[in-house]
Amino acid sequence: MIRVVLPFHLRNLARVDGEVELEVPAPVTICAVVDTLEKNFPALRGTIRDHGTLKRRAFVRFFACKEDWSLESPDKLLPAEILSGAEPFLIVGAMAGG
Amino acid sequence: MSKIRVLVGTKKGAFILTADGKRKDWQVSGPHFAGWEIYHLKGSPVDPNRLYASQTSGWFGHIIQRSDDGGKTWNTPGSSPEELKGEGGFPKGESNKFVYEGEVGKHLWYDGTQHPWEFKRIWHIEPSLSDPDTAYAGAEDAALFKTTDGGRTWKELSGLRNAKSHLWQPGAGGMGVHTILIDPKNANRIFIAISAGGCFRTDDGGKTWKPITKGLKSLYELPDPDAEVGHCVHRIALHPSKPDVLFMQKHWDVMRSDNAGDKWNEVSGNLPTDFGFPIDVNFNEPETVYVVPITSDSLHYPPDGKLRVYRSKTGGGEWEALTKGLPQKDCYVNVLRDAMAVDSLDQCGIYFGTTGGQVYCSPDGGDTWNAIVQNLPAVYSVEVQTLK
Repeated sequence: MIRVVLPFHLRNLARVDGEVELEVPAPVTICAVVDTLEKNFPALRGTIRDHGTLKRRAFVRFFACKEDWSLESPDKLLPAEILSGAEPFLIVGAMAGG
Repeated sequence: MSKIRVLVGTKKGAFILTADGKRKDWQVSGPHFAGWEIYHLKGSPVDPNRLYASQTSGWFGHIIQRSDDGGKTWNTPGSSPEELKGEGGFPKGESNKFVYEGEVGKHLWYDGTQHPWEFKRIWHIEPSLSDPDTAYAGAEDAALFKTTDGGRTWKELSGLRNAKSHLWQPGAGGMGVHTILIDPKNANRIFIAISAGGCFRTDDGGKTWKPITKGLKSLYELPDPDAEVGHCVHRIALHPSKPDVLFMQKHWDVMRSDNAGDKWNEVSGNLPTDFGFPIDVNFNEPETVYVVPITSDSLHYPPDGKLRVYRSKTGGGEWEALTKGLPQKDCYVNVLRDAMAVDSLDQCGIYFGTTGGQVYCSPDGGDTWNAIVQNLPAVYSVEVQTLK
């Protein structure tokens, strides 16, 4: 079971509280996690990745095991701690700064 | 007794303000979609409980929301369990899928190069006058989309981008379709206006479009002041009984056309400044028009710190200041293009919202004003429903 933490606004849009747990088919990559997330919560389609290009939105970041995975290939295998559920996969809104 | 429902889009959510026909005591509901920018929300004239909302975020893109109970509950269209199953059981979730038709194409960019169209958000939603499941959506980058299934899916009316769109160029505020007017006497005739693009008309339901800019002059904004496209049209309004008469607040100049946009004449008259954003027409008096003069394109606040609506009862040309109940000193708010509306009661109510978070109502055609709310986030849009 993959644990996913969503940012506040996407939790509201998906109508979930706290973490989301997903059965993600292997190989467990960023792409597979987001595919499964969107399949379970279709209101999130287009909010994390662009509808047409499937590219990550500029101000959405992916964190795993204290590392920024935003620029990694979406097809790269996620760490074992994510696969085992020991660590959550974080989808976060980038800091606005200012 | 009639009831009034005011739909307010703001920088940080949507608010719904309701009152009876006296328009004195108001209830405030919201924020809906707290924290999201709500560019616009509007109800179907056929089914007033059917509302559409345009929800957007710099982080998470664009969302369309729909209510079927007058704003009590909202859903992204097509999100019930039965509706979500697409081919192979994969969910559709396409209510926020705005994809330009065919070859994406390019428009003029700031540096003079051609830049590909990129969808950013919906600025304005205009429900059909006859079918609650049909609505038009004005997009940034400028394009017009249509749904015929209650917002579940959207398809571009790509003919608009054949109207010299390679010459359209975004201004500082972006290049979006902000005005969509459906002719109540001819559903195939639609007027649209684009920020820094101009205004256009279709007479065949959106297949083909032509610029309707003859008579507009943009002396300091365009190298050719009489250009066919590129004028910064801020807003167009019409009265349902006389849809060939159009009123326009341009970047500078208030204009009028008596032939569905084929030719425009300036009616700025004695306005203190003819820069501004919204313009609207009294529901009961087709020649009574309202604008909110703003100092200039460099100073987006009212002249002299006095918030004044100006009314013309002569279809433009002669204007009177309406000030009772509006702040007449130290007021430096703006009123954005989609933030004025009228109701359809016997004594027409006029409404507008400000970037300072006030929403004002005049229950007597502009003679006197009251603030319904004072401290909302910056108001992007105001629409009014008169409920029988």
